[in-house]
Amino acid sequence: MVEVVVFAVAGAACLVGAVGVVLSRNPVHAALMLVMTLFGIAVLFVALQAHFIAAVQVIVYAGAIVVLFLFVIMLLGVDRAAELSLGALPAQRWTAAAFGFGGAAVLVWLVAAVDRIFKGAHSYELERAGIVVTEADAPATSYATDVSAIARSLFSDYVYAFELTSLLLIVAVIGTVILARRSYGADGRRAGQHGGESAPAESGATPQEARQ
Amino acid sequence: MTGDPLFADGVDWGDIGIMGIKVLVAFAALLVATMFMIWFERKLISDMQHRIGPNVAGPWGLLQAFADGVKFFFKEDLRPANADPLVFRLAPYISAVTAFVAFAIVPIGGVFTDTPGRSGTVTLFGKETILQVADPPVGILLLLAMSSVAVYGVMLAGWSSGSKYPLIGSVRASAQAISYEAALGMSVVAVVITAGTLSTHEIVRAQAGGVNEWLLITTGFVPFLVFLISATAELNRPPFDLVEAEQELVGGFHTEYSSIRFALFFLAEFMNVITMSAIMVTLFFGGTAGPVFFGLTWLWPTVWFLAKVLAFLFVFVWFRATLPRLRYDQLMSLGWKVLIPVMLFWLMFLGLRQLVVDQGWSTLQEVVVVLGLSAAGLALGWSLLAAALRAAKRNTDTEGLGDHDPEDLMPAGASPDAAGPGEDG
Repeated sequence: MVEVVVFAVAGAACLVGAVGVVLSRNPVHAALMLVMTLFGIAVLFVALQAHFIAAVQVIVYAGAIVVLFLFVIMLLGVDRAAELSLGALPAQRWTAAAFGFGGAAVLVWLVAAVDRIFKGAHSYELERAGIVVTEADAPATSYATDVSAIARSLFSDYVYAFELTSLLLIVAVIGTVILARRSYGADGRRAGQHGGESAPAESGATPQEARQ
Repeated sequence: MTGDPLFADGVDWGDIGIMGIKVLVAFAALLVATMFMIWFERKLISDMQHRIGPNVAGPWGLLQAFADGVKFFFKEDLRPANADPLVFRLAPYISAVTAFVAFAIVPIGGVFTDTPGRSGTVTLFGKETILQVADPPVGILLLLAMSSVAVYGVMLAGWSSGSKYPLIGSVRASAQAISYEAALGMSVVAVVITAGTLSTHEIVRAQAGGVNEWLLITTGFVPFLVFLISATAELNRPPFDLVEAEQELVGGFHTEYSSIRFALFFLAEFMNVITMSAIMVTLFFGGTAGPVFFGLTWLWPTVWFLAKVLAFLFVFVWFRATLPRLRYDQLMSLGWKVLIPVMLFWLMFLGLRQLVVDQGWSTLQEVVVVLGLSAAGLALGWSLLAAALRAAKRNTDTEGLGDHDPEDLMPAGASPDAAGPGEDG
């Protein structure tokens, strides 16, 4: 009962947010709708006992990535409602709609198929596939297991992938810093921004002026 | 075993009722505490400045905050013509709600022991429960999640006002909050490594053995100092209150707000001060730990908890009365070039020490491993940083910087040869 209510509310939040991202004319509103979807997904993770993933979902996606989106939107001055009726490629819409509905249909079919198998309506299919569902397969209810389970697999089975990812991120950060602070040398023109911290605050006024 | 023992044997209506009471009490207590925090701050700061402070409404001006609250309700609710109507209304609620939610994980009472089995519980209406609204498995991560969501309140308020000063204030605030979140998160990680758990309830229990088991001491003071500094910055309290630097920005991100919406920001700000103080007490100062004397054994932990929180509230007001505001570049270099490298080094140190403890090595091995590897990591990071700074200086020398002084690119007072610790290599 509780699960159904939680799923319905969180699922509705996800869907409304997702539709809102597509339909919002204002990029800031679209970003906020994305936050709503991410929150809905976080709640679904909690309902699935994946507490750590839920917290990380909020901290990383809602707390860092979408904030970054918003920074870019606000600082680039694209925070005005976009005029969408003048689409450059009319065919694009129909293609997008076709792909969207096609994907949704495949998803529904997959969910239905998996559901049919696990409902036990065709338990012989399970037997043929060698799947035996026992009590032990039920998610462990003891707390903190998901944190230690994630830690164990992250730092044993996937430790190289994990370390390589962090290396990749560091390379990306260094590359960004080099690009952002590039100097143009002897011709006297220097684009590297002195005191880069205060630059966003000052340039922040420009998009707003444009908006007015 | 973490989690509320209330739900250990299924959920019935009595459990839900107790939960409702806990939520209501926490909500009301936090609200009233916030009111008195406003009074406390104004009175204390007047004392430090040889003024009298609020003294008209009620005895010693105690009812000043209530009077202000009533005034806010009846003021006109203004909305600039340029404002984004929906987001403008939404932003104050994001600020206020996140301030409330973060408090839910703080244990405010219960006698904790470090013996195995359940502890820190009280019995309410014949049911055993814990004196905190929630003890989620992610525990302290909820604080980080809420503080990262709280950025939205500030950011959207500034943007949606459709006005320059709020926008500048909010961009400053969000950049500051995001920068200091890294240091804040890392000092929380230090606590989590040492206590071995994410749950705030268990963190308090890990400190139940006496003052020498407080995480302040077992993590070695540095994480606490970093937490205190970054928490002050996260709260936009002086000396990190550039967000609302009146001389430059009118009132910061909430310049265009009035009436009850402004009151919500105001409330959220002071509530966050209380929450952060409570979190600091929980993480580093043993939470509810303290000697239990005569009589009401369940009451003493709460008394100790409140006393410790009050001490931190005093410290925050003291900061405001004493310290001058930092410049924006000083703020950023403190966060990125001092706190984060220091915390990275300290995490390596604590991790090595935890490794020795987990492996059960001898004291000699402990000294060799922890000190040796820490020194090696420090030397490696420091030499890489020095090399990078030297390369940067060489580049500036050959290419020329135009009107910029090369020293300006360095952190305040740092030359290429005297850089702070860093081992991000």
